[in-house]
Amino acid sequence: MSVLNGVSYGLLLFMLSAGLTLIFSMMGVLNFAHASFYMLGAYFAYQVSSWSNFWVGLLIAPILVALLGGLFERYVLRKTHKFGHVPELLVTFGLSFVILEIVQLIWGRTSVDYPVPPSMSGSLFKVFDSTFQMYRGFMMLVAILMLVCLFLILKKTRIGLVIQAALTHPDTTEALGHNVPRVFAIVFAAGCALAGLAGVIGGNAFITEPGMAQSVGAIIFVVIVVGGMGSLAGALVASLLIGLMQTFAVGLDWSFAGGLARLGMDITAETPGYSLLKLKLSQVAPILPFLLLVVMLVVRPKGIMGTRDD
Amino acid sequence: MTNALKPIHFKPKNGVRIVVWSAFAFILFALPALFTSSFALTLLCLTGIAAVACMSYNMLLGQTGMLSFGHAVYTGLGTFVAIHAMNKIVGGWAIPMWMIPLVGGVAGLAFGAVLGYVTTRKAGTPFSMITLGVGELVFASALMFPEFFGGEAGINSNRTAGKDMWVNFGLSFGPQLQVYYLIALYLFACTIAMYAFTQTPLGRIANAVRDNPERAEFVGYDTRWVRYLVLMVSSFFAGVAGGLTAVNVEAATADLLHGVRSGSYLLFTFLGGVGFFFGPIIGSVLLVFSLVVLSEYTKAWQLYVGIVFLIMVVYAPGGFSALIMLNLRRVKYGEWRKMRWPYAGMFFFGVFALWGMAAIVEMAYQLKVVEGSGAALTVMKVPLNCQSTASWLIALAVLALGSVGFEYWRRKFVAVWDSGEERIAEAIKKAEAAIV
Repeated sequence: MSVLNGVSYGLLLFMLSAGLTLIFSMMGVLNFAHASFYMLGAYFAYQVSSWSNFWVGLLIAPILVALLGGLFERYVLRKTHKFGHVPELLVTFGLSFVILEIVQLIWGRTSVDYPVPPSMSGSLFKVFDSTFQMYRGFMMLVAILMLVCLFLILKKTRIGLVIQAALTHPDTTEALGHNVPRVFAIVFAAGCALAGLAGVIGGNAFITEPGMAQSVGAIIFVVIVVGGMGSLAGALVASLLIGLMQTFAVGLDWSFAGGLARLGMDITAETPGYSLLKLKLSQVAPILPFLLLVVMLVVRPKGIMGTRDD
Repeated sequence: MTNALKPIHFKPKNGVRIVVWSAFAFILFALPALFTSSFALTLLCLTGIAAVACMSYNMLLGQTGMLSFGHAVYTGLGTFVAIHAMNKIVGGWAIPMWMIPLVGGVAGLAFGAVLGYVTTRKAGTPFSMITLGVGELVFASALMFPEFFGGEAGINSNRTAGKDMWVNFGLSFGPQLQVYYLIALYLFACTIAMYAFTQTPLGRIANAVRDNPERAEFVGYDTRWVRYLVLMVSSFFAGVAGGLTAVNVEAATADLLHGVRSGSYLLFTFLGGVGFFFGPIIGSVLLVFSLVVLSEYTKAWQLYVGIVFLIMVVYAPGGFSALIMLNLRRVKYGEWRKMRWPYAGMFFFGVFALWGMAAIVEMAYQLKVVEGSGAALTVMKVPLNCQSTASWLIALAVLALGSVGFEYWRRKFVAVWDSGEERIAEAIKKAEAAIV
């Protein structure tokens, strides 16, 4: 059961990191505001679904987010391109700041009630005593559909071909008559749309609040570094790994102290390092992704599927 | 950031430098006499600490090109270790209280050595992401070890402890003025040390690593080692700032380590300007002003800071210090007079645009709290009502008028500025030709 929940969370992480990876590998820009677009997706969907219903929100919210992303790329990000990568990163950092404040301005500082649609709120099936939520299944379905679409567009269509060409040889592609800046804008908008879509389906599965961008933002960065910078396959593996790891860890109350006690050692509050030993795995669950990041950097700095070692 | 090549002259005695540093020392000495209220003194103390922190941050961002999202880790851990050291003094240890910032510095250095070993394995964008992750790691761990970090409540101490010991030279550090002079002394010493660092071979190589890592590597320098060393030096000074915080507020909570704090170091260091050594000092003044003064006036202060930051990144990536220096250059070449009218026009309409924007933001906030505090509000002395259409229309109209006027003068300004730039380039060329 935890496996399925972990996989669905991992797939959600992948939807986020896929857009980020696409933007990064194409434009060399790390979109710091990516998680903010995720948050915007959730809030737009909440707003639209409160006016009509969830399915309209599912359709409209990603489009709105994509529009905003495209506008930002065209009128702000492109202007900083000539200054180099640091200002580009800074401008997206500033955007994340502004989006957070505007969200708080419009929807308030507390969480909003963005429910799972009633037709989806039942359980899909039961294994032993635990149930698998139908909505989790829906999340997985959407994520996988999106994955397949992404793959088909990139590999089988003409625009995908141009994107791939612009990825590696922007100058040549431009010389062949393609509008590379526009391709950049499209990719940026598409990446934002993916984040927005993840927000629509993640916002009601978890919680829609102003803090959601920050909590998930750091984790998708970990996914990208652990998976290997700019590698989509690596991002998939890393998202699933982190999704499973966190879901399992929350449910387990193992600790070093307990383990050592089983081995017959006498662990009491006086033992040196007791505060470290007594920590349960469920307590350290929030930091596991970051520990993974540190371990990965020490053991294999280029990431799981990375090719670059800079 | 770009320096035109200048012929280098050997100057054994640098008169300007002595004047500048003496003036800096004098200003630090005289500030409490100018601002006598206790609130002003508190602000001065906070600014001094922030200046040390921002300058240490600029070692990474401005001098080595390392965009860190986790600088608060080093200032915060410095504060925690310093607070524990202060509690040891309370317990009877004979450490002089004025050395506590150095304890913080050593702690910062130690954590920089450990964490920096991991973070500096990568450069550029991956470095930024990793510092963010490590920052989250440290922040989340802080809540897991309440024995050291004091959990949600944090830990407290007392800076007047050990005042009878001879090592404190009769200073009790009870009055805020004594704390101010301690901070001023450390600020002065750290500024000299950090400026001196920029002149060392390591400081120079750090610039090379920032500008062209491949070439630095090709010449035979290990760029990773350079990044690691600079990060350690920087985290030492960050730790000093943390230690000063410990003496100043006598308490430490886990949010000292939070990513938001790291973000504000980045934001305000950049606003001050990363291209000049004194830029972060301007940044620290802005930081304290926004965090303490602006936040008193409006709940939306972070939005304003964020928007100013966005505008600066796009239009003035050198920050305020670069704006000052560019205008001084205009004055030097006698070009400034031509820009008076565009400046005046931009200022005039800019005020209107700003007012319109602020009115809209403030009214939107007021809408959230109508039930509690009513619909009426004033924005810069103008009474408004967030539930009346007229107020919204006025704000929108003022914003539109201000924006259009501003854009008109901005275009004029750009034209004047660019033509001035050409004339200055020509003047420099002529001057160089005259030397040859």
